[in-house]
Amino acid sequence: MSHSGWETVIGLEVHVQLATKTKIFSGASTAFGAEANTQACAIDLAMPGTLPVLNKQAVHYAVMFGLAIDAEIGKESAFERKNYFYPDSPKGYQTTQLEKPIVGRGNVEITLADGRTKNVRIHHAHLEEDAGKSLHEGDFRHGVSGIDLNRAGTPLIEIVSEPDMSNAEEAIAFAKRLHSIVTSIGICDGEMSQGSMRFDVNVSVRPTGTTELGTRTETKNLNSYKFMEEAIAKEVERQIDLIEDGGIIKQETRLYNGDTKVARSMRSKEEANDYRYFPCPDLLPVIVSDETIAELRRNLPELPDARQARFIEQYGLSHYDAGVIGSDAAMAAFFEIAAEKSGNAKLTANWTMGELAARLNSQDLSISKSPVSAEQLGGLVARIADDSISGKMAKQVFEGMWAGEGSADEIIEARGLKQVSDSGALEQMVVDVLTANQAMVDDYISSDEAKRKKKLGGFMGKIMQASKGQANPQQVNQILAQKLNELL
Amino acid sequence: MHNLTIAELVTGLQSKEFSSVELTQHFLARIAKLDANYNALITVTADQALKAAAAADERLAAGNAPALCGVPILHKDIFCTNGVRTSCGSKMLDNFIPPYNATVVENFEQAGAVVLGKTNMDEFAMGSSNETSFYGPVKNPWASDSVPGGSSGGSAAAVAARLAPGATATDTGGSIRQPAALCGITGLKPTYGRVSRWGMIAFASSLDQGGPMARTAEDCALLLNCMASYDDKDSTCIDREVPDYSATLGDSVKGLKIGVPREYFSEGLDPDTEKAVRAALAEYAAQGAELVEISLPNTGLSVPAYYVIAPAEASTNLTRFDGVRYGYRCEDPKDLNDLYTRTRAEGFGDEVKHRILIGTYCLSAGYYDAYYGKAQQVRQLIQQDFEKAFEQVDVIMGPTTPSPAFKFGSKGDDPVAMYLEDIYTVATNLAGLPGMSVPCGMVDNKPVGLQIIGNYFDEARMLNIAHQYQQATKWHSLAPEGIA
Repeated sequence: MSHSGWETVIGLEVHVQLATKTKIFSGASTAFGAEANTQACAIDLAMPGTLPVLNKQAVHYAVMFGLAIDAEIGKESAFERKNYFYPDSPKGYQTTQLEKPIVGRGNVEITLADGRTKNVRIHHAHLEEDAGKSLHEGDFRHGVSGIDLNRAGTPLIEIVSEPDMSNAEEAIAFAKRLHSIVTSIGICDGEMSQGSMRFDVNVSVRPTGTTELGTRTETKNLNSYKFMEEAIAKEVERQIDLIEDGGIIKQETRLYNGDTKVARSMRSKEEANDYRYFPCPDLLPVIVSDETIAELRRNLPELPDARQARFIEQYGLSHYDAGVIGSDAAMAAFFEIAAEKSGNAKLTANWTMGELAARLNSQDLSISKSPVSAEQLGGLVARIADDSISGKMAKQVFEGMWAGEGSADEIIEARGLKQVSDSGALEQMVVDVLTANQAMVDDYISSDEAKRKKKLGGFMGKIMQASKGQANPQQVNQILAQKLNELL
Repeated sequence: MHNLTIAELVTGLQSKEFSSVELTQHFLARIAKLDANYNALITVTADQALKAAAAADERLAAGNAPALCGVPILHKDIFCTNGVRTSCGSKMLDNFIPPYNATVVENFEQAGAVVLGKTNMDEFAMGSSNETSFYGPVKNPWASDSVPGGSSGGSAAAVAARLAPGATATDTGGSIRQPAALCGITGLKPTYGRVSRWGMIAFASSLDQGGPMARTAEDCALLLNCMASYDDKDSTCIDREVPDYSATLGDSVKGLKIGVPREYFSEGLDPDTEKAVRAALAEYAAQGAELVEISLPNTGLSVPAYYVIAPAEASTNLTRFDGVRYGYRCEDPKDLNDLYTRTRAEGFGDEVKHRILIGTYCLSAGYYDAYYGKAQQVRQLIQQDFEKAFEQVDVIMGPTTPSPAFKFGSKGDDPVAMYLEDIYTVATNLAGLPGMSVPCGMVDNKPVGLQIIGNYFDEARMLNIAHQYQQATKWHSLAPEGIA
């Protein structure tokens, strides 16, 4: 759908759950998926007299993010209370940062499909606590709403970008880049389906060529790239239609339901809470020393850019392959183990991005949950690379590994899939098939050059059938051509 | 036994003159017999106390008893006690039984103290007269028609009436010192960060501080030895060694420079109260201390600044009382908004609502800078006043309150008159400084207090100074009529 005459301006606010073992202000576990309210202690429940104690690891993770995007680090940041009543906010306020965030201005470079790069400026990133979850009709008992406070107090950084993106493609490239950065430095598990990264999208439109920003709306809490893309497309269209019909965009917060594809207004600016921010008197200012910053910088894991360059250099991967594999920390780690095992990086890359990724996608699994381990995939690629099995057999072996039947070698052995590459044996096989199918041979000989080529396939089929698919097809092809030539 | 000080009780217990069980039974009997007159206790924990006393006696017999082993005390009902209702003087928490101990409670348990019960207080510690308690007002043992002060009025009255030899209390704007003065006992608000706030239900987090109440400075030293500790569960607690507060009680005050702030002896101070305080200063001069007139020029701003900052913090500290997870919940809420509105309308008393409204207003968009922002600036100025003063003098002394205990209802319609009760005490909370009140005279048969303000972490010196005064005077050992 084109909207000539209009350009879009997009800024993102990204909530990233930090992969600390315990919560930002209490010792309760942050593990995902536990039974409701089993990971909420007295502090998380905001029991009277309880007090927060800041999790140092969360501070370090936030600083690491700042270092990864080359941002100013807030050496003295401070927590504030954002006050509002809601049952999933047990204290009645969220402890967050406003005036003095821990991460200041920074930059994230994104690469677009056509190879262009673009810089997206980061306004700041701040530390805060996640809320609990309200369980409504359908999630919970009939006619009753429930509260699960397991998530309450999970540490977050909220990354706020400048409005530097002009379409959904750029917004998604930016989101993916952030995902790549936070998973590469190990501060977030990147599990979007579990809410580990959530995106608020600020969208406005303006006549092409103008510089003044239009009134923006914020669509909150999108947790997949696909939903982001859909929500942006819908919102851009809504705004342009509205303006072209003589309407005015109202500043508001919106929701997009990815399942029903319905977007709606949640609250207007006028209905917005007065959050009455003020410095949290229970927490001291957060001081990060130069020594701590230096140490975190020294130990900062490899960033996606560096890794992609290394993959090109070290493994001879193409730019594209290095980009795909190198941007995903888990996939990159998987690839490196598999490539080491297989001895053939290029083929390992193909299998990682091809068969494995497709299979994981189809089952909605992350690579860290892959039933086929990196060692197993490497073992499989090694057998392809040394011609023990054909590509076709490899797919069967892969199925076996996926089903938990063991290593490639075990499955090849058990299923009797070993490829026959012994040229003597293959020659005998070809001769036997030709002898047994004299009529086909006569037909071949009497055909002209063009038809003969087509008839080769028939012989191949018979030979592969006779070998139960185990004959090395390239070798058979060669021997067959040679034998038939001799008969001409 | 109830006229013995904690120091004397410790000696008596360790020399087996009496057992902790005997002592505990004695005080429990007094509470049962007399507290109907005062309403100083919200909860009596007789069974637990007797069990703890029996255990203390075993430890005393074994000869390895800790400092306060077997000594009966009371906790202000603001400190969370594991398994024992902790109401904070509010209907909102009338049914609240914490599953954890405040660090202060834990410290006393470790020291072997026996807890007799929980004391009455102004609701959520908001008040200077104990009239805001859901459990009814506490009566001053010196005059049953007068208030005991607040918010720690229950602790102060109980100690004055010899229902316990000592009690814990908290002070946000004077809530230890003012009731101590009005009930004729000794009370100390330590430096902010000296005593852990974990498990102490928050009123205004940047001002709240727990401290001891007893009849003598010597006893306050014994209690503070146990109460003060570094606690990593409270981020504002300061990691600093706790001295032995008893060790230096005997030091002389010769050469001590006492600052006497002009602003603490101005209009509004009752002349007879002033006379008593001046007499106490004269006693120090007689002991060789030097009196230096000083100025704390921003004193007049302290009450307005306090009544912005404290309600602002309270308004968000009290948001958690929403009827969702614990405490009072209104009957049959129609929806979420109804649940919030009625739970809070029915669960909080008027003074608490009043302060939540003030605090909410002060933090609101468009008012923040004019109120909260300004008050924070004033707080800085007040702190600077004290810093300058302490360049000149070792301690500061003045009256604790403008007058002795006032009658019930006499300030009911005028919150500002009530707030002026705190005029001499709130500045130290804003600055985070330690302050104490020591009985220094009688006006109209009611006690008045001398306030001693020390520099940061100077509690040992303050207790020493107070003790020296009590060695030379008898005001602290007077008992209300019918008590001795």
